[in-house]
This record gives sequence, C-alpha cells and structure tokens, in this order.
Amino acid sequence: MTVASGPVIPNFGSGSSCEVNNGWFCTDWVRQHWADTLQPALFQHIELAAIAIGIGFAIAFLLALVGFRFRLVDPPIGIISDFLYTIPSLALFQILVPFTGITLLTVEIALVSYTLLILYRNMIEGLHAVPVEVVDAARGSGFTRIQTFTRVELPLALPAILTGLRVATVSTISIATIAPFVIAKGLGQPIYAALSEDVFKTEIFVAGGMVIALALVADGLIVLLQRGLTPWVRA
Amino acid sequence: MKTFVDAFRFMADNPHLLLEKTGEHLELSGAALGIALVLALPLGLWLGHLHRGLFLAAGVSNVGRALPSLVLIAFGLTIFGVGFWNNTAALVVLAIPPILTNAYFAIDTCDRDVVDAARGMGMTGMQVLLRVELPLGLPFVLAGIRVASIFVIATATIAAVAGGGGLGQIIVNQASYGLSGVVAASLCVSVLAFAAAGILTLVRRTASPSHESLT
Repeated sequence: MTVASGPVIPNFGSGSSCEVNNGWFCTDWVRQHWADTLQPALFQHIELAAIAIGIGFAIAFLLALVGFRFRLVDPPIGIISDFLYTIPSLALFQILVPFTGITLLTVEIALVSYTLLILYRNMIEGLHAVPVEVVDAARGSGFTRIQTFTRVELPLALPAILTGLRVATVSTISIATIAPFVIAKGLGQPIYAALSEDVFKTEIFVAGGMVIALALVADGLIVLLQRGLTPWVRA
Repeated sequence: MKTFVDAFRFMADNPHLLLEKTGEHLELSGAALGIALVLALPLGLWLGHLHRGLFLAAGVSNVGRALPSLVLIAFGLTIFGVGFWNNTAALVVLAIPPILTNAYFAIDTCDRDVVDAARGMGMTGMQVLLRVELPLGLPFVLAGIRVASIFVIATATIAAVAGGGGLGQIIVNQASYGLSGVVAASLCVSVLAFAAAGILTLVRRTASPSHESLT
C-alpha cells in the first residue's frame, strides 16, 4: 500500500484561518492546490479509467464474438465474469499484489475484470435480441455470414452495447478511486491523503466531488455518442 | 507465489484474529444491509405497484453507481465523525440504489393482464401487491438484494480507513500484519462476498424454481 506523498497533505500551521481550523470548504486551498494536486490527480484518474475501459471493451467484444458464435462457451464465460465481479475490489488489488507487484498493471487487471461482466452481458444480450426474421431476410438477400454480422446484427445490438459501456464507464471511474491503496494515482489519492491526515474536509469534498462529476460527465458523453450512433432509438 | 502460501500460513496462525474481524465485518455489513432493506424495499415495491416514480427509481441507480465507495466513506467521516455509524450511513447509501431500483422494476414490469385479473377477482391493492406482484417479481427483487450485499461487504473493507472494524483493518494495516496478513484478510473478504452471493442465489432458486436462468 502506498501512501500519497508530496504537497497534498495540508499544512495546518501556516495556511489561511479556514485551513488552520479545517473549515467545511476552503476555496483558497482549492485555488492553491489545483495545479499541483487536483489537476494531475484528475488526469491520472481519466487515464486509469480510460485504459481499463478500452482494454475491457476489447476483451469483452472478443469474448462476446466467441460466446455468440459458439453458444456452448457462453455459460462458462458468464460464470467466470460473474465470479470476478463478486470479488471485492480492495481485496482483488491485494490478492494480485504478490503476482504483479505494486504496479499500474495490478490496478488495471482489477479494473478490467470489473468491466468484463457488464460489457459481455450487454453485448451478448443485444446480439441475441436481434430478431431471427431480420437475420433470415439478410441471409436470404445474399449477405454472407460476416456481412450479416457487421451490417445487421451489430448495428441492431449497438444500443444494448452502448448501455453496457455507460454502466461500465461509470463504475470504473468510481472503482478507480480505490487505486491509491496500491499505487499513488488518481483522485482517490488526495482523498486518501486527507483521510490519513486529520480528515481535511476541503480536500475530501473537492476530490470526491470531482470523481462524481467526472462519472456524470462521462455518462453524459456516452449518451450523446449513443444519440449520434443510433438515431433510431429515442427513449 | 510465496506470499500466497504465507497468507494461508497466516490464516492457520491467527484464526482468532480473523474470526473476530470477520464477525465485526458481518456486523457492520448486516446492520447497513438491514437498514437499507427497511428503507428501500417497501418504497420500491410500493412505487412499482403505483407505476409511479420511474424518475426516482432510475435516477437513484444512476447516481448510486457514480458514487465511489471511498468518497461515501470519506463524506460520512467528515459529517458524522469517526465511528460505527458514519460507516453504516455510508454503506446504507450504497445499498439503497440496487434494492430500490430492482424492487421498483420487478413490480412495475409485472404482466398487466395478471394484475387486472387479480383486481377483477376483488383483491385489494395490498393483496395484489403481496400475493400477485411480489411473488412474480421476487427473483428480480432478490437479485437487487444480492448486488447490494456484495457491494456492502466489499465496501465495509474500505470502512477501516475511517476507523471502522472488520477485515479492512488488517488490509489497510500492512505495517502490522505484513503482506501475508493483508492477502489472508482479502481472501476472507472474498469468501464472505461469495457466501452472501451464493446464499441469495439459493434463496432465489428455492423461492421461484421456474426462474433458474435469471441472473
């Protein structure tokens, strides 16, 4: 476990009266430490989440292709991803440490495994929900199997896939807050530092608020993407 | 790999410590889950029965997912101070969304024809809810409780940062217990989460044997 180092820990002796008294919200602290603490943490957080979602999406997509084509392997893949999802995140981090060390890899393996269940389930369910008649019609008009998949089944499954992406993105941003228990990265780091140092309220509220805001913004962006890619769905 | 072997040795050497912490962990998780059930279950069922409050049911689950557990625990700590109740409050907030949302949609999506038939036979609103809608929606209601209990057990670990008891105390205190202790406690938490998930899956299968394929 790495404890955050650097200037994140407030110096109660020399700050403004608000900082010294640990007031509810010290705007001057936020202004002072935006550049050296909050902004880097935000960028690290985005990086942590983006890597996990990208890799998770790619793996889930490949698994979904296999699970959709060969129905027999669908239940085992589902059970394994369900199994991974049940392991508490903090515990998974610590169980991985003996194998992968105190590295970014440890955090990413854990984050990726949490995205798999959500993404895989939604991809498979979306693909299975495509009406048989539509697929038959496509095959009947001379589409090859691959054409049917890329031009008919995939576009029709897209709304479900994007819904999965939304849920996975929001949860990954949320779970990435626990990363500082392994490596000092992300918005969890200022929170963790503020907790270990006399519960500095301002830092907790700012960093916590930033995580929530980041999750909501990412969610909104995917909704926009959804509207752009699947204009025929109007919920 | 050696650390892993050491973790099992740690378990064998410290059974009392691990049992005590597991007990505290269960106490904290159980209290939070119980309070969340009392608050969210009746509300979700009733709103679903009235087919009202879709905004609340869907919104709560969206916002709930975006609330990181560490942030909740930290917020709870700044507001309530150190102790059992700040962690319980944070865990309750975490457990409410899946329970409320699933309860709502379980009842809301019940077959309208069946509900109309029950009404036509003279059942009151409460009878329809308890004898028709609830049994039909039970698998989905239980699925929500299952997710909530996994969340709560997982997050109770993080509560140790805010002075809570439980297995998290070992996990965040590598200085005293060593990596083997940390890994051992992590394995215990995972076993707890699996046990809770398994028990609720069993309850669901017993309660509605026809819905086995549902997750």
